[in-house]
Amino acid sequence: MNLDVQIKNTAPLKNNLTLKTNPDNKGFEINMKKMKHRIALDKVSKFIFSLSTLVSLVVLGILIYRISVQSIGWLDMDFLTSNLSIFPEKAGIKGAILGTLYLMSIVIPVVCILGVSTAIYLEEYANKGKIQSFIKVNISNLASVPSVIFGLLGLAVFGRIFSLGSSILAGGLTMSLLVLPVVVVASQEALRAVPGYLREASYAMGASKWTTTWKVVLPVAVPGILTGVILSVSRAIGETAPLVVLGVPTLIMKLPTSIMDDFTAMPIQIYYWTLDTVLTKEYANLAAATIVVLLLVLFIMNFTAILIRNKFQRKF
Amino acid sequence: MGSMPNVREMIQLNISKNKNTSDKIMPKFLFVTASISILTTVGIILTLVIDAAKFFSSVPLAEVFSTNLSPLGANPSFGILPLINGTIFTTLIAMLVAIPFGLSSAIYLSQFASESKRKILKPMMEVLAGIPTIVYGFFAYSFVTPLLMKIIPSLEAKNVISPGIVMGIMIIPLVASLSEDAMNAVPESMKEGALGLGSTRLEVAFKVVIPAAISGIMASFVLGISRAIGETMIVAIASGSSKAFTFDITRSMQTMTAYIVEFTSGDAGSGTVGYYSLYAVGLLLFLFTLIMNLLAQYISKKYREEY
Repeated sequence: MNLDVQIKNTAPLKNNLTLKTNPDNKGFEINMKKMKHRIALDKVSKFIFSLSTLVSLVVLGILIYRISVQSIGWLDMDFLTSNLSIFPEKAGIKGAILGTLYLMSIVIPVVCILGVSTAIYLEEYANKGKIQSFIKVNISNLASVPSVIFGLLGLAVFGRIFSLGSSILAGGLTMSLLVLPVVVVASQEALRAVPGYLREASYAMGASKWTTTWKVVLPVAVPGILTGVILSVSRAIGETAPLVVLGVPTLIMKLPTSIMDDFTAMPIQIYYWTLDTVLTKEYANLAAATIVVLLLVLFIMNFTAILIRNKFQRKF
Repeated sequence: MGSMPNVREMIQLNISKNKNTSDKIMPKFLFVTASISILTTVGIILTLVIDAAKFFSSVPLAEVFSTNLSPLGANPSFGILPLINGTIFTTLIAMLVAIPFGLSSAIYLSQFASESKRKILKPMMEVLAGIPTIVYGFFAYSFVTPLLMKIIPSLEAKNVISPGIVMGIMIIPLVASLSEDAMNAVPESMKEGALGLGSTRLEVAFKVVIPAAISGIMASFVLGISRAIGETMIVAIASGSSKAFTFDITRSMQTMTAYIVEFTSGDAGSGTVGYYSLYAVGLLLFLFTLIMNLLAQYISKKYREEY
């Protein structure tokens, strides 16, 4: 309305336009109509865009709500501490939790050592040249290889050639290779954020390159690196396909005692219980309860990563 | 009195002393660890090619490109077309969901949303991207399929529509965040110029921002397709293991990824043709996703507009 008045009052402009466009003095009204139309279209489309942004979040809400509801009555201490059973009422995920923990005991050290030293090599040591860019391209391509292919790699290399079968060690190594790019990229960013003058100051004090890297650059970059490690580990916890391809069995009653033992993990348990809902309906509730546990673990890990990033990251 | 070394000599001594120990070993160690990523790629290609070669040497090509797939039958047949068909259909449905919703989320977040809304919405979409795919698989099978059955009564318990839709929802954050990055890279001066000339935000979005960011947006679509082709657990759970060659999306179809998962968790004895068929399918899958990723890189390089 405001706009309407404003334009009508600007006489010279109006005259100008009407003279040029339409002698019947209608031209401007048509323009006003068009203007209103454009503004209305803008408002409507903003509404539609905001709605479609909300769609994915609404689905997220439904997903969490549905799964929580399905797990009610099934998720309790007994569920966390009892062994697997074919009777839904007695079944628990102690073995799956233990298996996931064992798996992480391989993934975390391997990923830390390999990922961080790859990043240090790329950022601090490698000459800016063909080898460096080749490794970088290679890592970004590895990051987009489907996880099921890593499963095939693990099956052929760790499972058959090293004859580790479907042990925790084979699963852990396969998983480490899968999430390695995440750690490398995050660590590279963290190292790059360390300002050059810290390195120069260290060199000026007579420190060698490795001393500088180890005692000056790395400590400053640790929060960023840690964030990357946590994110990659949380991906490894939820990843299912490589383990299924590796032949990780379900219904293992025996708890693993060493890294050479067979094992089952939380996502594997969810997978087989979901497949078996056709036979026993209650398995859906067990799967839902396991998902709640899995999501809680992931949520806590991601929250920790955000906390670390916000609290310890120094700004230069 | 012996000669005291001066400061410069002390520094020299210090540097060379350090150099002798870790400074000689560490660069080599770091190089070895960095080359593990290359070894991984080489390992993937070698295992896939070697075992796929064994498959192709024992199965005639005419059989491979047939529509008859029954790996465990009395008279096993390894036609790959049903798997490719299943992959194309699930990917197509996923992209029909992911592209419109992902793009409009990106437009909303980069053009319309206030800073405070963005700060809430973006992390929430990241949560969506961080949920394990097995959870989406369970959701598709136990919630979306029964829901769709009320709308389409003839829907089978395992079908292509439900995992396709859920996969699309999973890919929305990927498309949205990559497209949004591309849109944010368009210089503010161009948007302000268009706004100053009297354009509405919608017109700025569609006539200035999207044309300028089109390379990044297209690349995000292609990466989304690559993701959909490689996605495993959702289709393994919700689209079943029917090996029929069909175009009916209310029925079960098997994708390439689901075939690999089903067959290894079944009883594929090492050294059988069935076992090698896994690697042939894996090789094809690897090539498909690789082509998509290279295509995305090519698009974003070739059509990028520099400002």
